[in-house]
Amino acid sequence: MFVELNNLLNTTPDRAEQGKLTLLCDAKTDGSFLVHHFLSFYLKANCKVCFVALIQSFSHYSIVGQKLGVSLTMARERGQLVFLEGLKSAVDVVFQAQKEPHPLQFLREANAGNLKPLFEFVREALKPVDSGEARWTYPVLLVDDLSVLLSLGMGAVAVLDFIHYCRATVCWELKASILYLMQGNMVVLVHDSGDAEDEENDILLNGLSHQSHLILRAEGLATGFCRDVHGQLRILWRRPSQPAVHRDQSFTYQYKIQDKSVSFFAKGMSPAVL
Amino acid sequence: MTPSEGARAGTGRELEMLDSLLALGGLVLLRDSVEWEGRSLLKALVKKSALCGEQVHILGCEVSEEEFREGFDSDINNRLVYHDFFRDPLNWSKTEEAFPGGPLGALRAMCKRTDPVPVTIALDSLSWLLLRLPCTTLCQVLHAVSHQDSCPGDSSSVGKVSVLGLLHEELHGPGPVGALSSLAQTEVTLGGTMGQASAHILCRRPRQRPTDQTQWFSILPDFSLDLQEGPSVESQPYSDPHIPPVDPTTHLTFNLHLSKKEREARDSLILPFQFSSEKQQALLRPRPGQATSHIFYEPDAYDDLDQEDPDDDLDI
Repeated sequence: MFVELNNLLNTTPDRAEQGKLTLLCDAKTDGSFLVHHFLSFYLKANCKVCFVALIQSFSHYSIVGQKLGVSLTMARERGQLVFLEGLKSAVDVVFQAQKEPHPLQFLREANAGNLKPLFEFVREALKPVDSGEARWTYPVLLVDDLSVLLSLGMGAVAVLDFIHYCRATVCWELKASILYLMQGNMVVLVHDSGDAEDEENDILLNGLSHQSHLILRAEGLATGFCRDVHGQLRILWRRPSQPAVHRDQSFTYQYKIQDKSVSFFAKGMSPAVL
Repeated sequence: MTPSEGARAGTGRELEMLDSLLALGGLVLLRDSVEWEGRSLLKALVKKSALCGEQVHILGCEVSEEEFREGFDSDINNRLVYHDFFRDPLNWSKTEEAFPGGPLGALRAMCKRTDPVPVTIALDSLSWLLLRLPCTTLCQVLHAVSHQDSCPGDSSSVGKVSVLGLLHEELHGPGPVGALSSLAQTEVTLGGTMGQASAHILCRRPRQRPTDQTQWFSILPDFSLDLQEGPSVESQPYSDPHIPPVDPTTHLTFNLHLSKKEREARDSLILPFQFSSEKQQALLRPRPGQATSHIFYEPDAYDDLDQEDPDDDLDI
């Protein structure tokens, strides 16, 4: 996790808010550093994490995780991390006969209408295990990323339905269980196609924006690529529990990604530029 | 207007805004965006209707019941009839808890009521329904629900119906939004500038011209409305309180500051091409050193000393 980003978001692993949906989106740049941040953040917060990773392999996240101080392999072994490796499972679901529905079952079916098997997988993964003691603080669902589901043939409304059900389960329902006394969180990544006329992606992005509590938007610089400033990050807080206490606030920072950290600074204040 | 008159006018206007939105009945469309959310205004209208003694039904599809009821005191919460379509709208859990027919069935059931009590139905949100149901079906049901009180025959027994629909503008194309807009008696478009929210209200009264007005407001934590004057023209540009002001001259390798003496010397400098009164006097006065300088010139053979005909081509 990046300490400077924690400061900007005014949060630490010990006292993060619960029951929140965080939307990560990137436009003209790669926002995956945010995914790595939240993955290590919630593992350090001792949460049970279900990671639906459709873009990269497990070893990729593991290598970056080691730089940020978490070991995904160990987390998976002790049951803290449930990892769905999309790239490997996709091959399994297509080339091997499945007895019970696979989370990525929609890849086999010509007219898969919904992502119910994937939701069942998530619910099963984050269900509290009756082991007699509460080991983990609260459940977290992480998805990287949702735009690829659109490319794989799901409609925007089907993906919105999947997120709806995940929200109903992760953020609200699990609160009823005695083991998880607190609500869970969700973090999802969606790419913003920008100029390209992708209506489905726009519906997905706007629909999720309306449901999110926090939107982190990584954008490339309008003037193009720069070696010292990799992009800018817009932070928008929405839906505060008390309206008009902090009215929707939006801040913009520029950032530079280094080997093990990301440094943030106000616009135009990069040390290299001054 | 004296301050006391302004305050009285303020409370009068506050009642007017929510009242005027609910008075017409029919479909009230609340159009919001990602930046300016409309659920707070929807909850303020729900609270107003409940306090007026109307029957209030909520079709909750987008947020959970706990989240919607948050901020209302128990008096209001007891008057709300909540239909929960958030937990399992598509019946994926295969239990029979869900209302048969889903949210559309619940709306249709409300068409068939015969109470004389005025009723308010809040749809949270209309966008959710519009994404999953065909637009024509939804428009037909909305028309049937919102126009119950204007049906001929039984009109005296059915009370006024208000349908409050929350619509997220960015999610839909101009076609469905236009269709819903033409169905609506009142349209409220939320926007704002510089941290101040505004509502552009368009009212279509029957047999009258549509009226529109823009109202600046903010919603208090207990979901009552506070009307405001709007941002003044001379207000300061929105300064970011989160980021401390950074001095860019702290880490420079060159000196940008002037000492006091340097500053004085700079201020007393006369620019070379500025025509000040001293310069004018200096030009007009003959310089004392002029008489001592002479120019000695030996004319060449080709030189023409005749000033009146320099080209030598006048044949006079």
